[in-house]
Amino acid sequence: MAEQTGNHENGAFERAVRTAAESGTDKPMVSNTKSNKQAPVVDEKPTDSPDLLSMYRRMVLCRALDERIWMLNRQGKAAIMASSQGHEAGQIGSVEALKKGYDQFYIYYRDLAVLLELGLTPTEIIKGFVAKEGEPLSGARQFPTHGAHPEYGIINLSNVVATHIPQGVGAALSAKMKGEDRVVIIYFGDGASSAGDCHEAMNFAAIHKLPVIFFCENNKYAISVPLKNQMAVDSVASRAEGYGMPGIEVDGCDITAVYEATFEAAQRARSGQGPSLIEAQVERYLPHTSDDDDSIYRPPEEIEEAKKRDPLQMLKDLLYSSDTLDEEQEDLINKDARQIVNEATEEAENAPYPATNDFYKHVVGDNPA
Amino acid sequence: MTEMILRDAVAKALREALDTDDRTFLMGEDIGAYGGPYAVTRGFLEDYGEDRIRDTPIAEAVFVGAGAGAAMIGMRPIVEVMTINFSLVAIDQIVNHAAKLSYMSDGQLSVPLIIRTVTGGGGQLAATHSQSFENWYASVPGLRVVVPATPQDALGLFRTCRKDNNPIIFAEHSLLYRVRGEVPDEYYEIPLGKARIARPGDDVTIVSYSGMVRVAEEAAEKLDELGISAEVIDLRTLSPLDLDTVVESVKKTNRAVVVEETWKTGGFSGTIASNIQEVAFDELDGPVLRINGPDVPAPYARNIEQAMIPSADWIVESVTYNFGL
Ligand SMILES: Cc1ncc(C[n+]2csc(CCOP(=O)(O)OP(=O)(O)O)c2C)c(N)n1
Ligand SMILES: [Mg+2]
Repeated sequence: MAEQTGNHENGAFERAVRTAAESGTDKPMVSNTKSNKQAPVVDEKPTDSPDLLSMYRRMVLCRALDERIWMLNRQGKAAIMASSQGHEAGQIGSVEALKKGYDQFYIYYRDLAVLLELGLTPTEIIKGFVAKEGEPLSGARQFPTHGAHPEYGIINLSNVVATHIPQGVGAALSAKMKGEDRVVIIYFGDGASSAGDCHEAMNFAAIHKLPVIFFCENNKYAISVPLKNQMAVDSVASRAEGYGMPGIEVDGCDITAVYEATFEAAQRARSGQGPSLIEAQVERYLPHTSDDDDSIYRPPEEIEEAKKRDPLQMLKDLLYSSDTLDEEQEDLINKDARQIVNEATEEAENAPYPATNDFYKHVVGDNPA
Repeated sequence: MTEMILRDAVAKALREALDTDDRTFLMGEDIGAYGGPYAVTRGFLEDYGEDRIRDTPIAEAVFVGAGAGAAMIGMRPIVEVMTINFSLVAIDQIVNHAAKLSYMSDGQLSVPLIIRTVTGGGGQLAATHSQSFENWYASVPGLRVVVPATPQDALGLFRTCRKDNNPIIFAEHSLLYRVRGEVPDEYYEIPLGKARIARPGDDVTIVSYSGMVRVAEEAAEKLDELGISAEVIDLRTLSPLDLDTVVESVKKTNRAVVVEETWKTGGFSGTIASNIQEVAFDELDGPVLRINGPDVPAPYARNIEQAMIPSADWIVESVTYNFGL
């Protein structure tokens, strides 16, 4: 049981674990192998003109799912939630420009839409929040939305801010050394851009011309700390020059602008021209997480103002203006999303909690590289 | 006496520092307008201004390192690292530098820096947000490690920390902020390196610190129902360490259990247990027991997490099982 520690089994914890195992009252954990997951679809070549209507449908779903998880938190069922509302265009637009199932995605806690885009189902995602058996990223061991799904190229292990940025750079180094034309996109916030890990990773990636896209979702806050107390410049992208890579500022609420900027950066990366830093200016509509009260530090008018750039509304307006969407269709899309989310919630809530008889499983790695 | 929660006791200690020493200022993430992630510094920005209550970027290495730098040149900074987990980002500044500057400068410099931080698990914050590293820091010469378990201790110990000329890890357990307790109205200090007998008893000594003191007290109550009288010792500070109080108690009870939230391997409970055996072997009626969390990262799922944190029931079970009481 405790072989990796050299500890005696003379403690109450060890005895309790052994008794539970022997009596067989506790059923084993669902296997953490990915056999129950569908094989990813590899997008060989992203289209030059993305299907905006389809992206709208996915954005509606993400928003509905996000709202539902927030509600589950308020009902005491999900311990913590960092909302993606206001970030969706940045997330969906960037994934659309990359090769799903091939490129790698080093994401952070706010990237709900990225998870959905890459293939996680709403049920799987909700299971992570309500900590249920069969949660595919970490077996409900790690923070919601955290863990890994290598088949989908998803790596999101830690929520110590910015620690994934050097790791993404390492993945890009490996792609380059293996001669693959894989691109690694690393998502992070404006706050994370102050961390030493971020600066060191950018410098390193630029020196070695690594196939990385540094994708900063700038919502102008690190929890309560506004941009002016985080950096003396007004643009994260402006720092790129100092590292020796292109820095691109883009309206992160405009899904086509994000798509285009990411597509270009991906081409640069794939063709050996090295990293790029994209700063997507997004909005955060809700508090930092469900544990936060933003009324203490954020005037409501500011949020109202930000909502004028709601990425969902902006995409909808675009679709209406090109006659790609009408009211009937819009209602249908909304209804569909609600239904998917309702069913997912029910399924996740009905799933059992993870069993408590395999505490030590995977503490020491046994997965061959 | 005034009843207050631990959060308010820490806030009172910080206000005293700011009110009486103009060399003192605060730095940390979200301590300004937000009032601190655990609401300890609420209202401070309004009362003391941006100069002395500084919100920092997410860059622990710089604000801890800068804190040490300011401290060695005559300031008395207090920095807040949001949780002890993130102190690892600054651990070079803490362990390689702040802790050793006095020694490395042959005593010419000292680093009177207080690093306040939040420790412990139990809040479903998972593997990288639920750890307690007080035991690691306690192993570093030159660092002081203070781990209050009550509002009265938090205030009294902090007052002493302010007069100390060494870098101090002042670790507040996240689940203790709302714990209530009586705090004397008249000024008092609590020395570093003086343990507290949280509950007197005769049959077994339970040693603990920080969040585990309450668990030990709960166990003592349960043991009492079984006719076993347990003495609970709260270490209060891991460095300096008060072994005398522990040994005195063991001489009386002849049995000892050390309870700690973090992993067993390398746990501070090992230091306590070996010290007891070294100096009081002949007094013991049985082995010194160590009750720690298992050597596993903290899980998110509540049912698993709860099953892994030392509980009063574990203590009761261990005491009755191992000592045949
Ligand atoms: C090293 C470290 N320090 C502090 C924290 C606490 N923390 C979590 S999220 C966060 C703010 C991050 O802001 P940003 O990078 O802008 O992302 P956003 O949440 O705004 O999307 C902070 C300070 C942490 N997780 N890790
Ligand atoms: Mg931000």
